[in-house]
Amino acid sequence: MLEELPNVPANPGRSASLPSAEAALAGAAPTSTVRISRQAEAYYTASQVQLIFWRLRKHRLAMISFFVVVALYLTAIFSEFLSPYDYTARHSQFLYAPPQALQFIHEGEVSLRPFVYGYAMERDPKTLLEMYTRDRTKPYFLTWLPKVEPYKMWGVVELDRRIFGTVEEEGSVFLFGTDSLGRDLLSRILYGTRISLSIGLVGVALSLFLGIMLGGISGFYGGVADVIIQRAIEILRAFPDIPLWMGIAAALPPNWPVIRVYFAISIILALLGWTEVARVVRGKILSLREQDFAMAARLAGVRERRIITHHLLPSFTSHLIVVVTLSIPAMILGETVLSFLGLGLRHPVSSWGVLLQDAQNVRTIASYPWLLIPILFVVLTVLAFNFFGDGLRDAADPYSD
Amino acid sequence: MLAYLLKRILLMIPTLAIISVISFWVINLPPGNYVDAFIAQMAGQGQIPDFETRAQMEQMYGVNQPIYVQYFKWITRALRGDFGQSFEWRRPVVELLGDRLARTIAISLVTIVFVYTVAIPIGIFSALHKYSLWDYILTFIGFLGLSIPNFSLALIMLYLGFEYFNMSVGGLFSPEFENAPWSIARVLDFLSHLWVPIIVVGASGTAGLIRVTRANLLDELNKQYVVAARARGMPRRRLLWKYPVRVAMNPVISSAAFILPAVVSGSTITAIVLNLPTTGPIYLRALQSQDMYVAGAFILLLSSLTVIGTLISDLLLAWADPRIRFGGQK
Repeated sequence: MLEELPNVPANPGRSASLPSAEAALAGAAPTSTVRISRQAEAYYTASQVQLIFWRLRKHRLAMISFFVVVALYLTAIFSEFLSPYDYTARHSQFLYAPPQALQFIHEGEVSLRPFVYGYAMERDPKTLLEMYTRDRTKPYFLTWLPKVEPYKMWGVVELDRRIFGTVEEEGSVFLFGTDSLGRDLLSRILYGTRISLSIGLVGVALSLFLGIMLGGISGFYGGVADVIIQRAIEILRAFPDIPLWMGIAAALPPNWPVIRVYFAISIILALLGWTEVARVVRGKILSLREQDFAMAARLAGVRERRIITHHLLPSFTSHLIVVVTLSIPAMILGETVLSFLGLGLRHPVSSWGVLLQDAQNVRTIASYPWLLIPILFVVLTVLAFNFFGDGLRDAADPYSD
Repeated sequence: MLAYLLKRILLMIPTLAIISVISFWVINLPPGNYVDAFIAQMAGQGQIPDFETRAQMEQMYGVNQPIYVQYFKWITRALRGDFGQSFEWRRPVVELLGDRLARTIAISLVTIVFVYTVAIPIGIFSALHKYSLWDYILTFIGFLGLSIPNFSLALIMLYLGFEYFNMSVGGLFSPEFENAPWSIARVLDFLSHLWVPIIVVGASGTAGLIRVTRANLLDELNKQYVVAARARGMPRRRLLWKYPVRVAMNPVISSAAFILPAVVSGSTITAIVLNLPTTGPIYLRALQSQDMYVAGAFILLLSSLTVIGTLISDLLLAWADPRIRFGGQK
C-alpha cells in the first residue's frame, strides 16, 4: 500500500514537509485506503521520546551542548585515567609553576608529537624574585598511555597507565600549571569534575523526590495541604538562597568526613531546590486530573496513589526532565560557591569550588592567574546545561504543532 | 486597590513570622549555646566572668528554658531593634550592621535600576530584530551573563582591573578617600568604584530579564490585534509603544520577584570577593567564628527586606495591571 519513495531521512520535523493529517485525508476518497508516505508513517507511529529527539536534533546548539555535558560526565567517571598525575601528588620543586604550552617545533624541526619545554629558574633583575622561564634546550615529548606509578581506578581496579604524560626522566607536564603545593592543576580540575558534577545530580535527585511528593500532594488533594505547601514555596522562593545556604552549611562540624559533608551539602541545596519541581508537578496534576483518562482510571477503581504515579506522572515526564536539567547548574553553582567560601568541602578534596578557594585575593590572582582556570570549567558546564535545557524545553512538547 | 493592598500586607505577616523562625533556627544550628560560647570567648581573652554575670546572661537569653521561650525572647527583643551582642566585635549587632546594611540596600537598589534600564531596551531591540546578527550576539551575551556565577565574574574583574587597568577593583573607596569627608572628589571616587559591583551583581539579572522581555514581546507581536492595527494603517512605532510593549511589561515587572532575591544573594557573595564595606563580609566572618546573633540578624533583616521589596513590586504590578487588582476574575 505504500508507494515506493526514495530513501527519505526519517527526520520529519516541523518543516514544510511535515504532513498534516487533513492534507493526507483530503486527497483520498472516503472509502479508499489512505495513502501516506513512509515519512509520514514514521511521524505518526513515532513514540514521544522519538518525537522529542527529532526536534532536539534540529536544535544545533542544544545538540553541541548535549555532547559537552556527556563529555564532562565521562571526564567525571574516568578522571583518574584522564589526569596525568594523582591529584594529591606534590611536586615540591615546582611550586606555582605556570602552565606549559604544547609545542610542535623544536629548533626549527617540526615534530608531529607534541612536547613541552621544561622549566628553568631565573631571577627577575628588577624585583629580584625567582621566576619560571622556559628551558628551550629540554623538550619533553608527550606519549599516549605512559607507564606510571600504579593507582586505583574508582578505588578498586589497579591500573598503571594514564592517558597521556611524559616518560622522560625528571620530565613534567603541567598544562594548567601547579598550585601552592606543586600539585598539577589539570589533574585537580579533572578530579574535581567528579565531585562538582555529581553533587548536582544528587541534589537534583533529592529535590525531585521532595518536589514530586509535595507538588503531587498539593495538586491532587488540594485544600489545606495545598494552601500550606503553596505558602511554603512562596516563602522559600523569596529567600535569598546563597546567604541561607551559607548559614546552614556553616553549622556542619568541621571534623565530619568528606562523604558526610558531601551529602549534607546536597541536602542543603535540595532544601531550597524542590520548589520549582513542586510548582510544575502541581500545575500539571491540577490540569490533568480533570481529564477523561484520569476519571476513567478512578471509575475503574484505581487507587489514588497509583493514578498519580502511573497515569498522571508519565504524561508530564518530559516537562519534569526540562525543569531538572535547568536546575542542575544552580546546584553545581551552589556547591562551588559554598566550597569557594570555605563553608563546603575542604582541602585536600578537590572540587572546582575548593580549587577556586586558592584564588581569593588580588595578589594571588595577579601573580598566578592560572589558578582561575577552574572558572572556565564552571562556566562551560553551566552554559552547556542552560543551552541543552533550553533546547529540550522547545522540543519537550512534540505535539504542540 | 485598597482591599488588595490590605490583603497583601496581611498575607505578609505569616511570611515574616516564618522567616524569623528560620533565622532563629540558623542561630541555633551550631552546637553549644550562646552564653557558653560567650564565656569561652571571654575566658580566651583572660577575663573570667563571675558567676553573677553568667546567671544574668542566662536569664536574659533564656538558654536553659525551652526553645520556644528562647525564640520568643529573641523575637520580642528583635522587634524592639535589639538583636543581641556580637561577641566577636563586642558591640551590639545593630551598631555593627547598621551602616553596612544601608550600603547593601543602596547597592542593591542601584543594581536593580541598572538591570531594568539596561535589560528592557535590549530585550525590545532583540525582539524587534528577531534572528538578526545582533539578536544572536545579544542572546549569546545574555546566556553568558546567566552562566557566569557572580563570584567568578568578581574574580575576573579583580584580575582584569589589576592586570590591565592598574586599579584596585575591590572596596568602595580608594585608600586616600576611605575616611575623608564627603566631597566632589570623594563622590567621583565612589562612583568609579561602584560600577564594578553593580555590573557583577547585575549581570545575571540583566541576562534573565532580557530573555523575559524578548520572549514576551515576541508573543505579543504575533497576536492578531497587532496585525489588525497595522492593516488599518497605524504607524509601526506608535503601535509598538502603545500596545505590545506595554502588555509585555507586566511579566517584566513581576520578574522582580526572582530578580530581587538574586540581587541580594549576588551582592552578598560579590561583596565578600570584592571586600566591600557591606554586610556580606561581616556575615561570612560571623559564620566562620560562629558569632550567630550577627548571622541570625543578617538573615532576618535581609530576607525581610527582600520580602518587602517583592511586595512593593507586586503592588506596582497591581497598579499596572487591573486584572490582578481585581483578584483574577476573568
